[in-house]
Amino acid sequence: MSEHATNLSAPTSRRSFLLTLGIALNAIAATLVALPLVGYIFAPARRKAWQAWVALGAVDDFPEHQTRLATYENPFTVPWDGRTAHIPCWVRRISGDTFQVFAINCTHLGCPVRWFPESGLFMCPCHGGVFYEDGTHAAGPPPRRLYEYEYKIQQGKLWVRAGQIPTLSEPV
Amino acid sequence: MGVLRSIGEWFEHRLRLKDAMAQPLTHPVPRSSASWWYVFGSATLTTLILQLITGVCLAFVYVPSAADAWQSLEHLNYSQPLGWFLRGMHYWGSNFMVALITLHVIRVFLFGAYKYPRELTWIVGVLLLLLTLGMAFTGQVLRWDQDAYWGLGIGAAIAGRTPFIGPRLVHLLLGGPIIGGETLTRFFVSHVFLIPALLLALVGLHLLLVLKLGISEWPMPGRLVSRERYRAEYEALLEREGVPFFPAAAQRDLCFSGLVILAVVVCAAVFGPSGPKGPPDPTLIRTVPRPDFFFLSVFAALALLPPYLETFLLLTAPVVGIALLVALPFLSNTGERSFRRRPVAVLGVILIVLTLVALTEMGESSPWSPVMNAWSSLPTPPQYVKGRTPLELQGALLVQGKQCRNCHSLGGRGGQRGPALDDVATRLTRDQLIRQVLQGGGNMPAYGKHLSPPEVTALVAFLETMHPSSEPPEKAAPVPATPAAP
Repeated sequence: MSEHATNLSAPTSRRSFLLTLGIALNAIAATLVALPLVGYIFAPARRKAWQAWVALGAVDDFPEHQTRLATYENPFTVPWDGRTAHIPCWVRRISGDTFQVFAINCTHLGCPVRWFPESGLFMCPCHGGVFYEDGTHAAGPPPRRLYEYEYKIQQGKLWVRAGQIPTLSEPV
Repeated sequence: MGVLRSIGEWFEHRLRLKDAMAQPLTHPVPRSSASWWYVFGSATLTTLILQLITGVCLAFVYVPSAADAWQSLEHLNYSQPLGWFLRGMHYWGSNFMVALITLHVIRVFLFGAYKYPRELTWIVGVLLLLLTLGMAFTGQVLRWDQDAYWGLGIGAAIAGRTPFIGPRLVHLLLGGPIIGGETLTRFFVSHVFLIPALLLALVGLHLLLVLKLGISEWPMPGRLVSRERYRAEYEALLEREGVPFFPAAAQRDLCFSGLVILAVVVCAAVFGPSGPKGPPDPTLIRTVPRPDFFFLSVFAALALLPPYLETFLLLTAPVVGIALLVALPFLSNTGERSFRRRPVAVLGVILIVLTLVALTEMGESSPWSPVMNAWSSLPTPPQYVKGRTPLELQGALLVQGKQCRNCHSLGGRGGQRGPALDDVATRLTRDQLIRQVLQGGGNMPAYGKHLSPPEVTALVAFLETMHPSSEPPEKAAPVPATPAAP
């Protein structure tokens, strides 16, 4: 032990130089491995905007004064997404070209809200959130109204800007 | 026999295991620790090994692809011979592992075994507990059914509440902008590589610490832990009444672990695996997502927290809880170990356990959730339509048709979000009923826009008949009330 210690503390012996060089080389190598690795794993957090226009169907598929379930294929997919690439949303055609398109996710904790035309309410099966037909909060724990997609009408079709799961900090 | 022995000796001559194994196996432990209360840790390790073995076996067939995972589980359940049994053992093994590690933590806490000099053993144990819960959560995601899908939605919604980095955190958690193929592979890697590797490394450290510091002796009231004397006292105790770990203490561990494995096997054979429930197709929205047993308490708490506290508690409670667990051995480092002299500790455990049990029970029944199909599946009890006028009968139809029963029960069946309607007339007068139906309030939506005036008349006429024959309906005060609503 003491012999090694003397060697290590010797000012400029060949052994201490090699040891320092060895540590330095490995530190550089470790950084070069670690940086791309971190970048690779954290890649999904780096991109900011995950939004694109998708068509929900012909405007005439949605009768006036009714709210209907529509589905679209998420614009950002991988081939092995399977059925999870198909995202539902609620389309309310108020009249003419005036629509409201709500995300399926309850604003409380993201469970799928269900529309009941008889009572004109959206109900959530998880913690009892309830919303009126215009998406405003009616009862239960949700902290805000239903998430609403931006929409446009082009070539007789209803389009929404979608792509990411809506959350309180990034509502659609 | 002679051949076997010589083969054994051939290996021993090279490996020299006897000496290496002898010390950890026969190291002295306090006689008092050879107790049935000291078997939960070893049994947790046994379930971990069982989980590793069954998990590896499941990976022979399971496909970690969002498109195919659900089908591969169905295949395991119904086509692959004994696949259902392997899945059953893995599922029940996880239940037992969570239960046993919880018992182990409670035992160590009540026995004050986290005090000097075993602080690090406790902290490593806390990490093991968190990793075990991490395995339970990620495992439930790998089931990749409707519950898994919407469970991830809940996870994303919670992560999304984090200030500043919320959106990035959501995308990191999901491996992309939304739940999909890259979400499942992330959770697969966590469940199969990352967390198990950490678990095994920390189990090694935990066991090393147990060997280095010795198993804590049975806590005697009045025998205080002091930093100066404890080690010497422990050595003296071993001198006085030490027994070899094997077989004195290990025999109980062996028996209990054997029983645990048998229990897992029996549960798997009798109750079978869990799920998968409906396919992970988000467009199938007729679903009632519920988490696995371990997380029902959290699920319940999320329904019951007041909204203004929710985000704050969601983000701080886990951090504070974990920090308290880690800090525990420093907050109470020495002194009394016996639970007989630590009433606050005992009451604390009782309080926490009762809270978790109560929340889990509530999560099971979820009285705060509307029963989504009550209106169409539960008929009006016959006694409530007998002898009613046509107008009242029309009201009874409206109670069904307007989904009232999704939140209000009749004859004990229906939602429990709002009060039962069986005796609503004894609580509300006609005017109050009209007001409540039209304007809502008290967590009830307003129905004014979706009921025509004749419908309101019929509905209220029916509700006014809802009182026991022995109890008259509530009457308006003689002074005329302000006319309610239009």
